[in-house]
Amino acid sequence: MGFFIAQILTGLANASALFMVASGLSLIFGVTRIVNFAHGSFYMLGAYVGYSFMQVLPGAWGFWTSILLAGLVVGVIGIIVEMLVLRPVYKAPELFQLVATFGVILVIQDLALLVWGADDVLGPRAPGLKGIIRIMGEPVPKYDLALIALTPFVAFALWWLITKTRMGILVRAATQDREMVGALGVNQAWLFTGVFFLGCALAGLGGAVQLPKGGADLLMDFNILSAIFVVVVIGGMGSLPGAYVAAVLISVLNVFGVNYLPQSTLALMFVVMVVVLIFRPFGLFGREEVAGEHGQVGEPERPIKPAGQTARMIVLAGLGALAVLPLLGDSFTLVLLTDIAIFCLFAASLHFLLGLGGLVSFGHAAYFGGGAYAAALLVTYAGTPMELALILAPLAAGLTAIIFGWVCLRLTGVYFAMLTLAFAQLLWSLVFQWGDLTGGDDGLVDIWPSEWASGTTTFYYLAMVLCIGGIIMLRHTAHSPFGYALRAARDSQRQAEATGINTKHVQWVAFGFAGAMAGIAGGLFVFSKGSIFPNELEIARSFDALIVVFLGGVKTLAGGVVGGAALEGAKDYITRFEYWRLLLGLLIIFVVIVAPDGIAGTLRKWAESIGLMKREDQA
Amino acid sequence: MKRKTFLKSLVGAAAIAVAAVGLPAFAQETIKIGEINHYKRMAAFAGPYKLGIELALEEVNAAGGVLGKPLEFIFRDDQGKPGEAVKIAEELMTRDGAVMLTGTILSNVGLAISSLAAEKKYVYLASEPLADAITWEKGNDYTFRLRSSTYMQAAMLAEEAAKTDAIRYATIAPNYAYGKDAVAAFKKALTALKPDVEFVAEQWPALFKIDAGAEAQALERAKPDAIFNVTFGGDLAKFVREGGTRGLFEGRNVYGLLSGEPEYLDPLGDEAPEGWVVTGYPWAEITDGPGKLFVETYVARYDDHPRIGSLVGYMTVQSIVAALEKAGSTDGEAIRAAFADLPVSTPVGDIKFRAIDHQATMGAYVGTIALKDGKGTMVDWVYKYGGDYTLPDEEVMKLRGSGN
Amino acid sequence: MSAVLEVQGLSKAFGAIQALDDVSFDLQKGELLALIGPNGAGKSTCFNMLMGQLKMSSGTVKLNGKSLAGLKPRQIWRKGVGRTFQITGTYASMTVIENVQMALISHHRKIYSFLVRAHLMYRDAAMELLALVGMQDQSERHCAVLAYGDLKRLELAIALAHDPMLLLMDEPTAGMAPKERIALMELTAQIVERRGVSVLFTEHDMDVVFAHAHRVMVLNRGQLIANGSVEDIREDARVREVYLGGGTLFNHDGESANA
Repeated sequence: MGFFIAQILTGLANASALFMVASGLSLIFGVTRIVNFAHGSFYMLGAYVGYSFMQVLPGAWGFWTSILLAGLVVGVIGIIVEMLVLRPVYKAPELFQLVATFGVILVIQDLALLVWGADDVLGPRAPGLKGIIRIMGEPVPKYDLALIALTPFVAFALWWLITKTRMGILVRAATQDREMVGALGVNQAWLFTGVFFLGCALAGLGGAVQLPKGGADLLMDFNILSAIFVVVVIGGMGSLPGAYVAAVLISVLNVFGVNYLPQSTLALMFVVMVVVLIFRPFGLFGREEVAGEHGQVGEPERPIKPAGQTARMIVLAGLGALAVLPLLGDSFTLVLLTDIAIFCLFAASLHFLLGLGGLVSFGHAAYFGGGAYAAALLVTYAGTPMELALILAPLAAGLTAIIFGWVCLRLTGVYFAMLTLAFAQLLWSLVFQWGDLTGGDDGLVDIWPSEWASGTTTFYYLAMVLCIGGIIMLRHTAHSPFGYALRAARDSQRQAEATGINTKHVQWVAFGFAGAMAGIAGGLFVFSKGSIFPNELEIARSFDALIVVFLGGVKTLAGGVVGGAALEGAKDYITRFEYWRLLLGLLIIFVVIVAPDGIAGTLRKWAESIGLMKREDQA
Repeated sequence: MKRKTFLKSLVGAAAIAVAAVGLPAFAQETIKIGEINHYKRMAAFAGPYKLGIELALEEVNAAGGVLGKPLEFIFRDDQGKPGEAVKIAEELMTRDGAVMLTGTILSNVGLAISSLAAEKKYVYLASEPLADAITWEKGNDYTFRLRSSTYMQAAMLAEEAAKTDAIRYATIAPNYAYGKDAVAAFKKALTALKPDVEFVAEQWPALFKIDAGAEAQALERAKPDAIFNVTFGGDLAKFVREGGTRGLFEGRNVYGLLSGEPEYLDPLGDEAPEGWVVTGYPWAEITDGPGKLFVETYVARYDDHPRIGSLVGYMTVQSIVAALEKAGSTDGEAIRAAFADLPVSTPVGDIKFRAIDHQATMGAYVGTIALKDGKGTMVDWVYKYGGDYTLPDEEVMKLRGSGN
Repeated sequence: MSAVLEVQGLSKAFGAIQALDDVSFDLQKGELLALIGPNGAGKSTCFNMLMGQLKMSSGTVKLNGKSLAGLKPRQIWRKGVGRTFQITGTYASMTVIENVQMALISHHRKIYSFLVRAHLMYRDAAMELLALVGMQDQSERHCAVLAYGDLKRLELAIALAHDPMLLLMDEPTAGMAPKERIALMELTAQIVERRGVSVLFTEHDMDVVFAHAHRVMVLNRGQLIANGSVEDIREDARVREVYLGGGTLFNHDGESANA
């Protein structure tokens, strides 16, 4: 009994920081609809800033003041980020802002490295709370009890702020109906800034408050990210009580998992999330998203048209250039272009879902990595030749997508996105954990192309044929009745259903198709690298594709490919510098601000304005 | 209308741009080594490692270089992605004119590069990754490894553990391949030495996401006599603090793999867990010989003490220089042949790259953690020679299978 | 003459609230039937059940003698029922003609075609439908830049794409200028005449109703209180009571008062 209570107390103490960080994320999403990928970075900053204050402020007084100051400072940093980075892109298409926040992650990573150095920092212990108290014979750290006691105060303060102050009333109103608040004459920009301050300050507090239980290191930002997303989704996006209940639920379950199912540490959280979303599609305390909340923001997408005569000529010329490139001799250029082409196909397959279908998948890596692992497993265990493996990879990926899609498509909007993320994480943890089959994180190696294709040049041609073929196929499908039906389901599901289109079915098929195309990319990837590791299934991989699609232009047919080529190319160059993450982050933020329609979309507008292309409605 | 043109022209433009920037003229006067590492996210290890390399390079080049040419390392960040590392390796070898590859702290990157090395016939010295598979199950003709492997270091600790009365063991290791390898190796080596031990709990926290309070509770519940720890970095700090606070380590022997490395011990400050028996690098306690000389040189050069990474970096350069000199040329096959049974004199003494499995006999320091001046250090340490802690030759041959 | 649509005892309860109570009516071929009533009378509930968006609590709905019970909107559409929405639902990212082509593609069951180009399909049929609603000159325009009245006409063309025998129009003239209202209803009347399609529509604007409907039904608090010719309804005491008693004039809408 005593042990049981001690476990619950440990869970409750762990829930404390998690709740603070997650409630900040939830608040920001609820009001601004921004999915703030950088929230983990603010948490990390909170830990570092808190640590720095604790070095100069002595005693118990200094300790607690440092935690408060960390919250304040991080909140102010949040304001700076909001004003400089996010304000210019509020009018951009939905979810575009997440690209900007991704840039912020990179910048903060390098700045933290510059300021605090590479060594992990061990957090100071809380003065006066260093020991333990025995509860029914079990040792319970005093600081754990302090955290358990502290959390309700933070929650209560938030509750007071939200229900009793003018800002809180506006926040609640905005969470329910953004347009309404705008119509009431409230300065939305300052409301957003205020919410960003509050959200980031909470993340900073969370980071500082956990210092005595750990410390600060440069990996904290990504390490907490999936946990807080899970908490926010389980609790219900935008719901503070939900965030608290979910944080406690996850933390306590984790403690029991550690004790009774020690191997469960990777997957448990995501299993809980999938189960909750299946039974409560909008989280424990969330509301159904009101139509209009995720309607198209910004100007509507233009009609798609087949390439004109000149366009075709230029494409052909480009293909010709790619075809003769091996004659120029530099074999690394071929390796690089193979990489880029594979990534472009991957991005194009996500763009098909996201751009045409309006289906924001946060877990597209599941199908890229799924295809890759399918090929690798076939080669490793069945001695399958490359040719057959390349055919089976998309089938396996497509099948995976069909299974995952069947569940995910029961939800819409951000919840759909989160469920795709959860499934991708489940697949990742399966591959990671099932070491006997998959090699765990030591991966599967020695998977090289068949003899005839093993030369760099031959493989380059093979990859080009398959990737460009795949991209053309995706593009062709966009112009086919199926592609139109997919857009119809996105533009007006009601009208589509009322004219005989089974929209869920269309979306399901599209999900499977996009998964299969990602599978081709994955299959090629294995043979180009000779090995596969679980990181190709990671959140970061999914984010890569997501960033690229937004950066290239969601509302432009070529967006995925343009973004993929531009980012992979830029990365290859930039990563040569010491502080390449800072550089890349700033570059991404820059592109986001000057090209809110994505690279392809903005280039098109620019071409129109100088008369290179016909403007809309002049046809 | 012309949207599609952008896509193609951008691919083309990217290709041209890359081709243009990536081709600075190389005068053929230096010998280049391609070094790939996780400089960003594992900077605590990779930073000192790079300094160690640069220190050795300065010494080598001041003494006239190798084969009459200066030695040059090209450092590249792998972003922690094996796929990225493979691309960079190709670039280093085919465009930058590197004669061989080295580096990779992460085991998975090491395995990926190792496989590439075999396929493309590039010589690869895995300086840092610990995975046993690199020289055993997945070993190949072109891959060599400097550091003592997971098995070797775990076996050293098992030897210490076997000397005590402890029977009931609990293990805690990060839930990934290195952790699993280490626990398996420790179990195997300890059971061989002392068949009556039992393993009463195995805890597997997610890497860098440890829930230390819960893990400490779970270990306490099993009431073990001794604990084998494989956690490191931030996980180690949290585990030490929670375990210490809750009295988990009182009256128990704790064996910590890598826990004595300055990279992980320094951040613990005065909370370093006294009494743990660990592998690591007691730089401050080495009082004579080449080991002392290295520490002094390093401190003089950088005004900072060396970490284990510094030592490995330094020894990496020494190994490569020895191989190049023995080969007498920069030809890949010649370098490969030179590595077989290659002797190298290093700060830890003489080591040899075994012909049988391409593993160097670099050992590890085993000692007990103690506090001195509010900082953790290793006392009562011994240097255990790596060659004594490997598997019997037949088993190694069986593991390498057709690989050799 | 057999009825195109037969509705018997249609009821819907939301908890304790009886939104629609035992409503029965039929609709003949070529008839333009208006369904009116004050806000909350149950018009939308009735419409949504006819289209399969709401489950009926009890009652039967038959199209040409066949039951529509339990069918989804898209299945009901396949049986030959078209509809327009109070808030237009068009595909904003497509051109005008593509909107119509989409409906035609669906009608011909070609949605799962991957190899053909959609914008080349059924162009002539689509142009014909656009001509029918007077939108042929705007066929290549981007749907998102259309004026509201044009959107309504486009939606009508979409609804006619599968040559429906029954057309359900929910507040077809809501939000339109008076002139546009008259034009749209005249167009609808023409289509009814030319194509022999039956139309059931709800409407707020009594001028529109009285000018064009062949027959009018009045709903109040979920019950059908009158069903007859325009003249009958004008004179019906209960109807007058519902509207006047509720303080609502027939010409309540300022815009249409002087039409």
